[in-house]
Amino acid sequence: MDTEHFISKKRPSFFPDHQEAIYKSLEDKHATVEVDKSDPLSTRMTLNMGPQHPATHGVLRVLMELDGESITKCRLDTGYLHRGIEKMAENKTYQEFMPYTDRMDYLSPYSNNVALCLAVERIAKIESPERANYIRMICSELSRISSHLLWLGTMIMDAGAISFFIWTFREREKIYDIFDEVAGHRFTVSHSRIGGINNDLTPVAVEKIRKFIREFPDELKGWHKLLDRNRIFVDRNDGVGAIGHEDAIDIGLTGPALRATGIAYDIRKFEPYLHYDQIDFEVPTRTEGDNLARYYCRMEEMAESIRIIEQCFDKMPKSGPVRVDDAKKAYPSKDEVYYSMEGLIHDFLMTDTGVCPPEGAEAYHAVEAPKGELGFYIQSDGTGHPWRLKIKSPSFSNLQGLETVLDGEMVADTVVIIGGMDPVMGDSDK
Amino acid sequence: MKSTEEIHKLLVDQFGEETLEYKPDEKVDPWIVVAAGKIQEVAKFLRDETGLRFDSLMCLSGVHYEKEEQLGVTYHLASTSEKHKLTLKVLMPQEDAQVQSVEQIWKTADWHEREAFDMFGIRFEGHPDHRRILCPDDWEGYPLRKDYKVQEFYRGMKVEY
Repeated sequence: MDTEHFISKKRPSFFPDHQEAIYKSLEDKHATVEVDKSDPLSTRMTLNMGPQHPATHGVLRVLMELDGESITKCRLDTGYLHRGIEKMAENKTYQEFMPYTDRMDYLSPYSNNVALCLAVERIAKIESPERANYIRMICSELSRISSHLLWLGTMIMDAGAISFFIWTFREREKIYDIFDEVAGHRFTVSHSRIGGINNDLTPVAVEKIRKFIREFPDELKGWHKLLDRNRIFVDRNDGVGAIGHEDAIDIGLTGPALRATGIAYDIRKFEPYLHYDQIDFEVPTRTEGDNLARYYCRMEEMAESIRIIEQCFDKMPKSGPVRVDDAKKAYPSKDEVYYSMEGLIHDFLMTDTGVCPPEGAEAYHAVEAPKGELGFYIQSDGTGHPWRLKIKSPSFSNLQGLETVLDGEMVADTVVIIGGMDPVMGDSDK
Repeated sequence: MKSTEEIHKLLVDQFGEETLEYKPDEKVDPWIVVAAGKIQEVAKFLRDETGLRFDSLMCLSGVHYEKEEQLGVTYHLASTSEKHKLTLKVLMPQEDAQVQSVEQIWKTADWHEREAFDMFGIRFEGHPDHRRILCPDDWEGYPLRKDYKVQEFYRGMKVEY
């Protein structure tokens, strides 16, 4: 493509420097896709998709160079939802920062809360009680199902079936009701606390979760029946957006997208956190590495999540504390705050100063979020605020992979492939 | 599976003492400090050597050490086959922050290095697509540096309000 022509004839009026840089970068990109130079119609063009596009799942901009209908190379432009979360973290206490993590991957807020808590607990050397850990696991798995349900609905909508979206959202609504009962919030839960969780499960919440895990497998079976042998769905996804396992790990794909290429890399097995080492579950993998493989991986993961929740209920202590009883490490319970002077003082101190990990302590802790490896790298300077908090978000890694996966695909499949990768821009742009 | 100490010994045999510094008694995890001009060789060795096989770069983060007037890059590596992990660090002066790119070793580093450049102004030598990633290309300053001041206007729009 002749960028000179583009720039000199019609200089873009919006973010001109940025536009020029990205068009130049697209031109410079080295891609290995073979181009048929004999094309008599010379139908090469540059297509810009997004950032406002209904099917890009947020404000993602894709810039692609097309040869007829196939993409020869593409560049992604991210950052449209950059809110500077890492900078905000440096001015907040660790607990104050938690609500911001809800708004990163807003489809699975509980996993983000747990990831932050575990990283902070690691550098501050806090052990949260066993019952709290099991409740965290139950809720993380619920949020995994919730996230995968949204992926399923939207991905199939991208592939052309609108009504499916309604069914997956009916199930998601049940999970929201559960979170409402557990945490008091439907969407952005912020239920986990450093050193435990906010409150124990109520009997109503337990009953709701049990009802959900009883009924959900039947729904899943119905969806399998509808989709697994559906000619349109399979044709639309089979062999689309394929990537091999070596490339996948090199480019840094994570989560179901990586497992669909045949690498059984799941942090719950690789480096178990919470009590995942005491739970018996499988890591679903496929070898094809295409969109259909990603579909199977995610569907099987939902079934595994149900198994994990069932086992958690069996193994968790029937009663016990849900937060560390140490005023230097966690918030006191509300009873103490309302009825004792010390409790009130400790509550103030926790809000004002917060947990102070030792100076120079730093750690990287990753958990298996629904979309892949979500890691927090925290450096402490001895105060209640992190000196540096880096978020390694799964969507960021998967989008980077998308830039490679899209090369050589058909332009009509772009939307399905983005749907299959399941990025959330709030997560990727931080 | 190897500990950081064993890996450090292997690296010293290969590259000598002066490029590497082992920090064993840190609060949580030990790490190895690598000289900025050597990181590419060290990374290649770590990826390709039998028994090490660090095939995945989990995280690459820039850090600003304000008191020391230094910028740093931290690499968190993992091996999916050998199941061990390693933390490497590179430190460099704030005025002339340059480090070799590891994009040729792990492609994951591509966007992560761009992010570190965007947020800290660390230059990665040999990076094929050295642009900002989250901020627009004509943004001034590096937001995650501790002494960062927001520009007053960006293209006629007031930034801080």
